[in-house]
Amino acid sequence: MTADALSAAQAAFRDALIAHRLLIPMGVDGLYGRSGVFEDVIERFNLLVSRHGGNDGAEVMRFPPAINRRDFEDSGYLKSFPQLAGTIHSFMGNDRDHQALIETLLKKEDWTAGQKATQVVMTPAACYPLYPVLAARGKLPADGALVDVYSYCFRHEPSIDPARMQLFRQREYVRIGTADQVMAFRQLWVDRGTAIMSALGVPLEVDVANDPFFGRAGKMLAANQRDQTLKFELLIPITSREKPTACLSFNYHQDHFGHVWDIRTQDGGTAHTACVGFGVERIALALFKHHGFDVKAWPQAVRDQLWT
Amino acid sequence: MTTVADMIRDIFREGSILPVDIATLSDSADLYTAGLTSHATVNLMLSLEEKFDVEFPDRLLRRRTFESIDAIKAAVGELLDQKAAA
Repeated sequence: MTADALSAAQAAFRDALIAHRLLIPMGVDGLYGRSGVFEDVIERFNLLVSRHGGNDGAEVMRFPPAINRRDFEDSGYLKSFPQLAGTIHSFMGNDRDHQALIETLLKKEDWTAGQKATQVVMTPAACYPLYPVLAARGKLPADGALVDVYSYCFRHEPSIDPARMQLFRQREYVRIGTADQVMAFRQLWVDRGTAIMSALGVPLEVDVANDPFFGRAGKMLAANQRDQTLKFELLIPITSREKPTACLSFNYHQDHFGHVWDIRTQDGGTAHTACVGFGVERIALALFKHHGFDVKAWPQAVRDQLWT
Repeated sequence: MTTVADMIRDIFREGSILPVDIATLSDSADLYTAGLTSHATVNLMLSLEEKFDVEFPDRLLRRRTFESIDAIKAAVGELLDQKAAA
Protein backbone atom coordinates (compact mmCIF):
# COMPACT_ATOMS: atom_id res chain seq x y z
CA MET A 1 0.00 0.00 0.00
CA THR A 2 1.48 3.36 -1.01
CA ALA A 3 1.48 6.34 1.34
CA ASP A 4 -1.22 7.96 -0.80
CA ALA A 5 -3.40 4.85 -0.70
CA LEU A 6 -2.95 4.63 3.07
CA SER A 7 -3.97 8.29 3.51
CA ALA A 8 -6.98 7.72 1.29
CA ALA A 9 -8.03 4.66 3.32
CA GLN A 10 -7.64 6.63 6.56
CA ALA A 11 -9.66 9.56 5.23
CA ALA A 12 -12.38 7.22 3.93
CA PHE A 13 -12.71 5.45 7.29
CA ARG A 14 -12.77 8.78 9.16
CA ASP A 15 -15.47 10.12 6.82
CA ALA A 16 -17.53 6.95 7.28
CA LEU A 17 -17.28 7.22 11.09
CA ILE A 18 -18.45 10.82 10.86
CA ALA A 19 -21.23 9.94 8.40
CA HIS A 20 -22.48 7.25 10.81
CA ARG A 21 -22.36 9.83 13.59
CA LEU A 22 -19.91 7.83 15.67
CA LEU A 23 -17.27 10.58 15.66
CA ILE A 24 -18.04 14.30 15.61
CA PRO A 25 -15.49 16.46 13.75
CA MET A 26 -14.20 19.55 15.55
CA GLY A 27 -12.23 21.18 12.76
CA VAL A 28 -8.79 20.02 13.88
CA ASP A 29 -7.17 16.76 12.75
CA GLY A 30 -7.19 14.28 15.59
CA LEU A 31 -9.79 16.08 17.73
CA TYR A 32 -13.28 14.55 17.82
CA GLY A 33 -16.43 14.37 19.82
CA ARG A 34 -17.81 10.88 20.48
CA SER A 35 -21.39 9.72 20.09
CA GLY A 36 -23.36 7.84 22.72
CA VAL A 37 -22.92 4.60 20.78
CA PHE A 38 -19.15 5.10 20.50
CA GLU A 39 -18.93 5.84 24.22
CA ASP A 40 -21.06 2.83 25.09
CA VAL A 41 -18.62 0.54 23.24
CA ILE A 42 -15.74 2.08 25.17
CA GLU A 43 -17.56 1.82 28.49
CA ARG A 44 -18.45 -1.81 27.83
CA PHE A 45 -14.89 -2.58 26.81
CA ASN A 46 -13.60 -1.04 30.02
CA LEU A 47 -15.96 -3.25 32.02
CA LEU A 48 -14.69 -6.27 30.07
CA VAL A 49 -11.11 -5.35 31.01
CA SER A 50 -12.20 -5.04 34.64
CA ARG A 51 -13.77 -8.51 34.50
CA HIS A 52 -10.35 -9.90 33.54
CA GLY A 53 -8.17 -7.75 35.79
CA GLY A 54 -10.50 -6.53 38.52
CA ASN A 55 -9.85 -9.35 40.97
CA ASP A 56 -6.11 -8.71 41.16
CA GLY A 57 -6.58 -6.07 43.84
CA ALA A 58 -5.49 -3.04 41.83
CA GLU A 59 -5.92 0.34 43.51
CA VAL A 60 -8.06 2.53 41.28
CA MET A 61 -6.75 6.07 40.67
CA ARG A 62 -8.45 8.54 38.34
CA PHE A 63 -6.57 11.72 37.48
CA PRO A 64 -7.60 14.67 35.32
CA PRO A 65 -5.92 14.71 31.88
CA ALA A 66 -3.10 16.95 33.09
CA ILE A 67 -0.14 16.67 35.42
CA ASN A 68 2.05 18.87 37.56
CA ARG A 69 4.64 20.55 35.30
CA ARG A 70 7.45 19.74 37.72
CA ASP A 71 6.59 16.04 37.66
CA PHE A 72 6.49 16.24 33.88
CA GLU A 73 9.94 17.86 33.80
CA ASP A 74 11.31 15.21 36.17
CA SER A 75 9.82 12.36 34.15
CA GLY A 76 12.35 12.67 31.32
CA TYR A 77 9.54 12.91 28.74
CA LEU A 78 11.16 15.88 27.01
CA LYS A 79 14.37 13.90 26.51
CA SER A 80 12.48 11.32 24.48
CA PHE A 81 9.36 12.91 23.01
CA PRO A 82 9.65 16.74 22.87
CA GLN A 83 7.55 16.72 19.68
CA LEU A 84 4.52 15.13 21.34
CA ALA A 85 4.27 17.12 24.55
CA GLY A 86 1.44 19.54 25.18
CA THR A 87 2.14 22.28 27.70
CA ILE A 88 -0.65 24.57 28.90
CA HIS A 89 -0.05 28.30 28.58
CA SER A 90 -2.16 31.21 29.84
CA PHE A 91 -2.33 34.97 29.71
CA MET A 92 -0.54 36.43 32.75
CA GLY A 93 -0.23 40.08 31.79
CA ASN A 94 -1.63 43.44 32.93
CA ASP A 95 -4.25 45.77 31.41
CA ARG A 96 -1.84 47.05 28.79
CA ASP A 97 -0.82 43.52 27.80
CA HIS A 98 -4.50 42.66 27.55
CA GLN A 99 -5.09 45.58 25.20
CA ALA A 100 -2.18 44.46 23.02
CA LEU A 101 -3.56 40.92 23.01
CA ILE A 102 -6.97 42.08 21.78
CA GLU A 103 -5.42 44.25 19.08
CA THR A 104 -3.24 41.43 17.81
CA LEU A 105 -6.24 39.10 17.82
CA LEU A 106 -8.36 41.57 15.83
CA LYS A 107 -5.56 41.91 13.27
CA LYS A 108 -5.58 38.10 13.04
CA GLU A 109 -1.88 38.03 13.89
CA ASP A 110 -0.15 35.61 16.27
CA TRP A 111 -1.50 36.54 19.72
CA THR A 112 0.08 33.54 21.45
CA ALA A 113 3.64 34.89 21.78
CA GLY A 114 2.91 36.52 25.16
CA GLN A 115 1.28 33.43 26.69
CA LYS A 116 3.20 32.05 29.68
CA ALA A 117 3.62 28.44 30.75
CA THR A 118 1.34 27.39 33.61
CA GLN A 119 2.20 24.75 36.21
CA VAL A 120 0.05 22.29 34.25
CA VAL A 121 1.01 20.00 31.37
CA MET A 122 -1.27 17.66 29.43
CA THR A 123 -0.95 14.01 30.50
CA PRO A 124 1.18 12.20 27.89
CA ALA A 125 0.34 8.67 29.12
CA ALA A 126 -2.18 7.59 31.73
CA CYS A 127 0.40 6.21 34.16
CA TYR A 128 2.51 9.39 34.47
CA PRO A 129 0.68 10.96 37.45
CA LEU A 130 0.84 7.89 39.64
CA TYR A 131 4.60 7.46 40.13
CA PRO A 132 5.16 10.56 42.29
CA VAL A 133 2.05 9.60 44.30
CA LEU A 134 3.50 6.16 45.03
CA ALA A 135 6.95 7.54 45.76
CA ALA A 136 5.48 9.89 48.40
CA ARG A 137 4.05 6.89 50.28
CA GLY A 138 7.49 5.51 51.06
CA LYS A 139 8.79 1.99 50.52
CA LEU A 140 6.56 -0.40 48.61
CA PRO A 141 5.05 -3.36 50.46
CA ALA A 142 6.75 -6.74 49.87
CA ASP A 143 4.33 -7.67 47.09
CA GLY A 144 4.77 -4.32 45.38
CA ALA A 145 1.85 -2.27 44.06
CA LEU A 146 -0.76 -2.57 41.35
CA VAL A 147 -2.70 0.46 40.11
CA ASP A 148 -5.59 0.88 37.67
CA VAL A 149 -5.52 4.23 35.84
CA TYR A 150 -7.68 5.65 33.08
CA SER A 151 -7.26 9.05 31.55
CA TYR A 152 -7.46 11.16 28.46
CA CYS A 153 -3.93 11.70 27.13
CA PHE A 154 -2.61 14.35 24.76
CA ARG A 155 -0.03 13.90 22.04
CA HIS A 156 0.66 16.52 19.43
CA GLU A 157 0.55 14.48 16.26
CA PRO A 158 -2.30 15.81 14.13
CA SER A 159 -3.34 13.21 11.58
CA ILE A 160 -6.26 12.39 9.33
CA ASP A 161 -6.04 8.82 10.65
CA PRO A 162 -8.95 8.46 13.09
CA ALA A 163 -6.77 5.93 14.95
CA ARG A 164 -4.24 8.67 15.69
CA MET A 165 -6.10 11.19 17.80
CA GLN A 166 -4.48 14.08 19.63
CA LEU A 167 -6.72 13.48 22.64
CA PHE A 168 -7.51 9.86 23.41
CA ARG A 169 -7.95 7.63 26.43
CA GLN A 170 -5.67 4.99 27.87
CA ARG A 171 -6.81 2.40 30.37
CA GLU A 172 -3.82 0.94 32.15
CA TYR A 173 -2.84 -1.49 34.82
CA VAL A 174 0.55 -0.55 36.22
CA ARG A 175 2.70 -2.90 38.30
CA ILE A 176 5.43 -1.54 40.54
CA GLY A 177 7.84 -3.87 42.32
CA THR A 178 10.88 -6.04 41.70
CA ALA A 179 12.02 -6.88 38.16
CA ASP A 180 10.61 -10.42 38.56
CA GLN A 181 7.24 -9.17 39.79
CA VAL A 182 6.74 -6.70 36.97
CA MET A 183 7.95 -9.08 34.23
CA ALA A 184 5.52 -11.76 35.42
CA PHE A 185 2.75 -9.15 35.35
CA ARG A 186 3.61 -8.13 31.80
CA GLN A 187 3.54 -11.71 30.54
CA LEU A 188 0.21 -12.29 32.31
CA TRP A 189 -1.27 -9.33 30.42
CA VAL A 190 0.20 -10.31 27.04
CA ASP A 191 -1.76 -13.55 27.49
CA ARG A 192 -4.89 -11.90 28.87
CA GLY A 193 -4.89 -9.09 26.31
CA THR A 194 -4.58 -11.60 23.48
CA ALA A 195 -7.45 -13.66 24.92
CA ILE A 196 -9.68 -10.58 25.40
CA MET A 197 -9.14 -9.34 21.85
CA SER A 198 -9.40 -12.81 20.26
CA ALA A 199 -12.80 -13.25 21.88
CA LEU A 200 -13.84 -9.96 20.27
CA GLY A 201 -13.31 -11.51 16.85
CA VAL A 202 -10.65 -9.19 15.45
CA PRO A 203 -7.49 -10.31 13.58
CA LEU A 204 -4.42 -9.59 15.67
CA GLU A 205 -0.74 -10.16 16.17
CA VAL A 206 1.62 -9.39 19.03
CA ASP A 207 5.00 -7.98 18.07
CA VAL A 208 8.07 -6.25 19.49
CA ALA A 209 7.72 -2.48 19.18
CA ASN A 210 9.36 0.84 19.95
CA ASP A 211 8.12 4.24 20.99
CA PRO A 212 8.33 7.21 18.56
CA PHE A 213 11.50 8.71 20.08
CA PHE A 214 12.56 12.04 18.62
CA GLY A 215 15.43 12.69 16.24
CA ARG A 216 18.70 10.86 15.64
CA ALA A 217 19.19 10.11 19.31
CA GLY A 218 15.71 8.64 19.13
CA LYS A 219 16.85 6.11 16.54
CA MET A 220 19.23 4.72 19.09
CA LEU A 221 16.69 4.78 21.91
CA ALA A 222 14.27 2.92 19.65
CA ALA A 223 16.92 0.35 18.69
CA ASN A 224 17.81 -0.13 22.36
CA GLN A 225 14.15 -0.59 23.26
CA ARG A 226 13.73 -3.25 20.57
CA ASP A 227 17.02 -5.03 21.36
CA GLN A 228 15.90 -5.37 24.96
CA THR A 229 12.28 -6.26 24.01
CA LEU A 230 11.00 -3.65 26.44
CA LYS A 231 7.80 -3.02 24.48
CA PHE A 232 5.29 -5.34 22.82
CA GLU A 233 2.18 -4.23 21.00
CA LEU A 234 -1.01 -6.03 20.10
CA LEU A 235 -1.70 -4.90 16.56
CA ILE A 236 -5.00 -4.97 14.71
CA PRO A 237 -5.40 -3.96 11.05
CA ILE A 238 -7.75 -0.95 10.85
CA THR A 239 -7.00 1.00 7.70
CA SER A 240 -4.09 -1.14 6.48
CA ARG A 241 -3.11 -4.82 6.61
CA GLU A 242 0.60 -4.01 6.15
CA LYS A 243 0.57 -1.35 8.84
CA PRO A 244 -1.75 -2.61 11.56
CA THR A 245 -2.60 -0.31 14.47
CA ALA A 246 -1.23 -0.79 17.99
CA CYS A 247 -4.32 -1.16 20.21
CA LEU A 248 -2.69 -2.57 23.35
CA SER A 249 0.87 -2.18 24.55
CA PHE A 250 2.83 -4.11 27.14
CA ASN A 251 5.71 -2.08 28.47
CA TYR A 252 8.63 -2.80 30.76
CA HIS A 253 10.19 0.50 31.90
CA GLN A 254 13.01 -1.23 33.80
CA ASP A 255 13.89 1.04 36.74
CA HIS A 256 13.42 4.29 34.76
CA PHE A 257 10.46 5.63 36.78
CA GLY A 258 11.70 4.01 39.99
CA HIS A 259 14.96 5.87 39.54
CA VAL A 260 13.40 9.23 38.56
CA TRP A 261 11.11 9.30 41.61
CA ASP A 262 13.18 7.17 43.97
CA ILE A 263 10.51 4.51 44.40
CA ARG A 264 11.91 1.76 46.63
CA THR A 265 11.01 -1.87 47.05
CA GLN A 266 10.71 -3.44 50.51
CA ASP A 267 14.39 -4.49 50.47
CA GLY A 268 15.49 -0.96 49.55
CA GLY A 269 16.18 -1.61 45.86
CA THR A 270 15.03 0.75 43.11
CA ALA A 271 11.56 -0.31 41.95
CA HIS A 272 10.93 -1.59 38.44
CA THR A 273 7.67 -0.83 36.66
CA ALA A 274 5.61 -2.29 33.84
CA CYS A 275 2.22 -1.48 32.41
CA VAL A 276 -0.41 -2.77 30.07
CA GLY A 277 -2.15 0.00 28.17
CA PHE A 278 -5.43 -0.25 26.27
CA GLY A 279 -5.97 2.41 23.61
CA VAL A 280 -9.73 2.34 24.04
CA GLU A 281 -10.63 4.54 21.05
CA ARG A 282 -8.44 2.41 18.79
CA ILE A 283 -10.07 -0.73 20.11
CA ALA A 284 -13.53 0.73 19.43
CA LEU A 285 -12.40 1.73 15.92
CA ALA A 286 -11.08 -1.79 15.29
CA LEU A 287 -14.45 -3.23 16.36
CA PHE A 288 -16.36 -0.84 14.07
CA LYS A 289 -13.98 -1.66 11.22
CA HIS A 290 -14.33 -5.42 11.52
CA HIS A 291 -17.93 -5.77 12.66
CA GLY A 292 -19.56 -2.78 10.98
CA PHE A 293 -21.00 0.56 12.05
CA ASP A 294 -24.20 -0.89 13.52
CA VAL A 295 -23.39 -2.43 16.91
CA LYS A 296 -26.73 -4.26 16.97
CA ALA A 297 -25.58 -6.18 13.87
CA TRP A 298 -22.27 -7.26 15.42
CA PRO A 299 -21.77 -11.05 15.75
CA GLN A 300 -23.65 -12.36 18.78
CA ALA A 301 -20.46 -13.85 20.28
CA VAL A 302 -18.85 -10.39 20.22
CA ARG A 303 -21.96 -8.71 21.64
CA ASP A 304 -22.05 -11.30 24.42
CA GLN A 305 -18.51 -10.29 25.44
CA LEU A 306 -19.44 -6.63 25.73
CA TRP A 307 -23.13 -6.49 26.62
CA THR A 308 -23.47 -9.24 29.19
CA MET B 1 50.90 8.70 22.80
CA THR B 2 47.18 9.11 23.39
CA THR B 3 45.30 6.09 22.08
CA VAL B 4 41.70 5.97 20.89
CA ALA B 5 40.86 4.04 24.05
CA ASP B 6 42.37 6.85 26.17
CA MET B 7 40.30 9.43 24.31
CA ILE B 8 37.16 7.37 24.85
CA ARG B 9 37.97 7.09 28.54
CA ASP B 10 38.42 10.88 28.64
CA ILE B 11 34.80 11.27 27.52
CA PHE B 12 33.62 9.11 30.42
CA ARG B 13 35.78 11.11 32.82
CA GLU B 14 34.59 14.50 31.52
CA GLY B 15 30.86 13.75 31.33
CA SER B 16 28.87 12.04 34.06
CA ILE B 17 27.94 9.15 31.79
CA LEU B 18 28.42 6.29 34.27
CA PRO B 19 27.58 6.15 37.97
CA VAL B 20 31.02 4.54 38.57
CA ASP B 21 34.59 5.68 37.84
CA ILE B 22 35.62 4.46 34.37
CA ALA B 23 39.14 3.82 35.72
CA THR B 24 37.74 0.86 37.69
CA LEU B 25 36.55 -0.84 34.49
CA SER B 26 38.58 -2.80 31.93
CA ASP B 27 38.24 -2.20 28.19
CA SER B 28 36.13 -5.34 27.89
CA ALA B 29 33.82 -4.62 30.86
CA ASP B 30 30.07 -4.48 30.13
CA LEU B 31 29.14 -0.81 30.40
CA TYR B 32 25.40 -1.53 30.71
CA THR B 33 26.07 -3.73 33.73
CA ALA B 34 28.12 -0.82 35.10
CA GLY B 35 25.02 1.39 34.90
CA LEU B 36 25.06 2.91 31.40
CA THR B 37 21.47 3.99 30.64
CA SER B 38 19.85 4.48 27.23
CA HIS B 39 19.82 8.25 27.59
CA ALA B 40 23.44 8.29 28.76
CA THR B 41 24.30 6.25 25.66
CA VAL B 42 22.87 9.07 23.54
CA ASN B 43 25.12 11.61 25.31
CA LEU B 44 28.06 9.25 24.89
CA MET B 45 27.38 8.93 21.15
CA LEU B 46 27.17 12.72 20.69
CA SER B 47 30.39 13.24 22.65
CA LEU B 48 32.19 10.61 20.56
CA GLU B 49 31.02 12.28 17.35
CA GLU B 50 32.31 15.62 18.55
CA LYS B 51 35.64 14.34 19.82
CA PHE B 52 36.49 12.22 16.77
CA ASP B 53 34.65 14.36 14.21
CA VAL B 54 32.69 11.39 12.89
CA GLU B 55 29.01 10.58 12.46
CA PHE B 56 27.53 7.26 13.51
CA PRO B 57 25.40 5.85 10.68
CA ASP B 58 21.98 4.37 11.55
CA ARG B 59 23.28 0.79 11.44
CA LEU B 60 25.64 1.56 14.34
CA LEU B 61 22.98 3.29 16.45
CA ARG B 62 22.37 0.24 18.59
CA ARG B 63 23.05 -1.04 22.00
CA ARG B 64 25.88 -3.39 21.06
CA THR B 65 27.98 -0.58 19.55
CA PHE B 66 28.42 0.99 22.99
CA GLU B 67 28.52 -2.08 25.24
CA SER B 68 32.23 -1.79 26.16
CA ILE B 69 35.28 0.41 25.57
CA ASP B 70 36.49 -2.30 23.15
CA ALA B 71 33.23 -2.19 21.19
CA ILE B 72 33.28 1.62 21.04
CA LYS B 73 36.95 1.50 19.97
CA ALA B 74 36.05 -0.85 17.11
CA ALA B 75 33.18 1.34 15.92
CA VAL B 76 35.17 4.59 16.17
CA GLY B 77 38.13 2.88 14.45
CA GLU B 78 35.89 1.85 11.57
CA LEU B 79 34.50 5.38 11.20
CA LEU B 80 38.00 6.91 11.36
CA ASP B 81 39.25 4.46 8.68
CA GLN B 82 36.32 5.40 6.44
CA LYS B 83 37.06 9.08 6.97
CA ALA B 84 40.76 8.57 6.10
CA ALA B 85 39.83 6.63 2.96
CA ALA B 86 37.31 9.22 1.81
